[in-house]
Amino acid sequence: MSVNLHSQRADPVPPPRLRPGRHHAGPQRRFLSQFDIRATPYLLISPYFLLFAVFGLFPLVFTLWVSLHDYELAGGDAAFTGLENYANLLTDASFWNAVVNTVGIFVLATVPQLVLALMLANALNKRLRGRLFFRLGVLIPLVTSVVAVAIVFTQLFGRDFGMVNWLLGFFGVENINWQNAKWSSWIAIATMVDWRWTGYNAIIYLAGMQTIPRDLYEAASIDGASSRRQFWSITLPMIRPTIIFTVFVSTIGGLTLFAEPVMFGSNRMEGGSTGQFQTIAMYIVKEGFRDFDYGYAAAAAWLLFILILVGVAINYTFIRRIGGNQ
Amino acid sequence: MIGNMRRGKMLAVASVMTAALAVSAACGSGDTGGQTGGSSAAAPEKITLTLQTFGGGTNFGYKAAVEKWNAEHPNVQVKYNNLTDSFENVYWPQMLQWLQSGTGAGDVVGIDEGGMGLAKARPQFFTDLGQYGLQSRQADFPAWKWENGLNAEGKLFALGTDVGGMSICYRTDLFKKAGLPTDRDEVSKLWATWDDFIKAGQDFQSKVKDAKFVDSVNTIYNVVLSQEAAKNGNVTYFDKDQQLIADKNPAVKTAFDFTQKISQAGLTAKLQNFTDPWNTGFVKSQFATLGCPGWMLGVVSGTAGEEFKGKWDVATVPGGGGNWGGSWLAVPKQSKHPKEAAELASYLTSPEAQLMAFKEGGNLPSTIPAQDSPDLKSATNEYFNNAPIGEIFGPSIKSLQPTFLGEKHAQVKAAVEQVVIGMDQGAVPYGQAWQRFGEVGQKAAG
Repeated sequence: MSVNLHSQRADPVPPPRLRPGRHHAGPQRRFLSQFDIRATPYLLISPYFLLFAVFGLFPLVFTLWVSLHDYELAGGDAAFTGLENYANLLTDASFWNAVVNTVGIFVLATVPQLVLALMLANALNKRLRGRLFFRLGVLIPLVTSVVAVAIVFTQLFGRDFGMVNWLLGFFGVENINWQNAKWSSWIAIATMVDWRWTGYNAIIYLAGMQTIPRDLYEAASIDGASSRRQFWSITLPMIRPTIIFTVFVSTIGGLTLFAEPVMFGSNRMEGGSTGQFQTIAMYIVKEGFRDFDYGYAAAAAWLLFILILVGVAINYTFIRRIGGNQ
Repeated sequence: MIGNMRRGKMLAVASVMTAALAVSAACGSGDTGGQTGGSSAAAPEKITLTLQTFGGGTNFGYKAAVEKWNAEHPNVQVKYNNLTDSFENVYWPQMLQWLQSGTGAGDVVGIDEGGMGLAKARPQFFTDLGQYGLQSRQADFPAWKWENGLNAEGKLFALGTDVGGMSICYRTDLFKKAGLPTDRDEVSKLWATWDDFIKAGQDFQSKVKDAKFVDSVNTIYNVVLSQEAAKNGNVTYFDKDQQLIADKNPAVKTAFDFTQKISQAGLTAKLQNFTDPWNTGFVKSQFATLGCPGWMLGVVSGTAGEEFKGKWDVATVPGGGGNWGGSWLAVPKQSKHPKEAAELASYLTSPEAQLMAFKEGGNLPSTIPAQDSPDLKSATNEYFNNAPIGEIFGPSIKSLQPTFLGEKHAQVKAAVEQVVIGMDQGAVPYGQAWQRFGEVGQKAAG
């Protein structure tokens, strides 16, 4: 791209007869064309950054400002309280409950999801009949809306007339009220997340796998490596950057989980009668928009941000060990 | 590895944006819809007043009343705008943002009982209706409805619209199956007190296994609470100095204990109101009774549908009157036409308009003349076996007592009801429920 641009500019095609009066302003013209070359790219990408400044950076900074104040919707003096909101949050048992729920659901959802995706991708990477059909098939859950997924799964996990309980009934299991306990609600929510995102991750892994040169596998086969050995020693190390990417994206998605647990809890922000599945995002909405405590909610939002950074950092150190050191 | 680093950076940006998105909603003040049109500079000019309400179906039932007003006031036209069916999740947060930012709220706005505690504590948001002579309306209202429209400074800021009024809706076919009487007068006699109600429930449950006696606990909890509050100084979670008394008020404890009793007796279907499983419960006949405030009749007929028409009936509530829900109309300070808006609020809460709303949506009137009118007394409901709802609700709405609502009433109510429901559904063990009740109440009030 940039090469093209230069070659066009290098061949000036000056319009000689046009407005000869201004023609003596050579240096100015050169400056303009220099400016054009230098500034245009920035100008062209600026819409994104302007939008980001308005809708990303400003709210971010404003949230930080709000989080340092006793900022209540409709009243309250919005006095500066420094880090008081943060200090209160860190000793707030219900905030930590939300953190535990979020991390718990994240682990319960992400680990099986990525392992399954990896297995799926490996299978789809083989020569099999109707490969395109299967590859597209695993992506289909992604095009359904989160809310639709949540509604359907909430019904499947219904206490009295849900299909899951009906199936479990054949094994003599009594009807489970899935919303009632932490373990059951976490499983139900993790299932929704996995159903929707496993295929997506599988396709990304598949794309990564297809960039691995075939001759590596051929050489390995000649050396007598089994296909399992090939997977562990070639495939996995080679797609490590891809795995890191999916882990990061899953971490961010998992820690900001919102729609599924909200729908699962009848559109309420409490996440069950004792907050069994209240995630941090739900906690923020509850504090900010149900109890009108903006400052507190803003502080919680910042803590969530920090938590995501920590989560990503931890995952990164784990994942980079995959496939040994290179 | 370079690729990795770049991804890392991109993700850092992405994560910043994600976090920002999560909170950016906190700063959105929403659109400024519903702004009053017309310029007030030209004095005799035609003006438009915006009336903002909430609620499903016919909500406040003002369609006919507004049409009448518009026909009679060509220069003051009213735009009736029902914003959403959800008060606490959508309407109230949005309304508070509008009130706070000084733009967006209508000229006349509806406020549910749940929001009145906060509204009373914020005199700066609402016009003093007394300065437009609406003090004269006092005689129309029962004391409690009137007093809740006075703010922290003792000024009149809101006029009452409808009241809850309690009854018990029951399924005649299921009662028949259980060998209980089906006639509404006999059923009413069956449960003069709440203990009788439990006794009837045990009789029912011993005969019928595939349905429970009541839907859930929180309706019943609220009715008993409002009845008990009347015996305990008309306070529930807060005393009149805004101090939390949820764990000390005997009214709360009695209501809680009764709820625990009915739950432990195994009479509840453990379904939370207004959730999908609860809606399904109507169609699958999972329960035989539920607490029915006036506006609930429409919910029952709408949810259960034609298939169950005539299978439902209405009986009086144990323990006398009770209240759940009911609203007020207020004029925000930001209104550009406060005088006309006050007039409109007064008109919409007049006995005449309240009766029109009753015809339209079944909303029980709060004014005494409307409650006494023959139109109300002779009213029947076709869906409920032509039950004479005027007669059934009449005594209930007349015996209502003023319940004081603290500034954080709505938050405390929401929090402690979660414990009550959790106890019924098994998430909170019975033995720990009362302690937890006190703790979450404390936290919500703090």
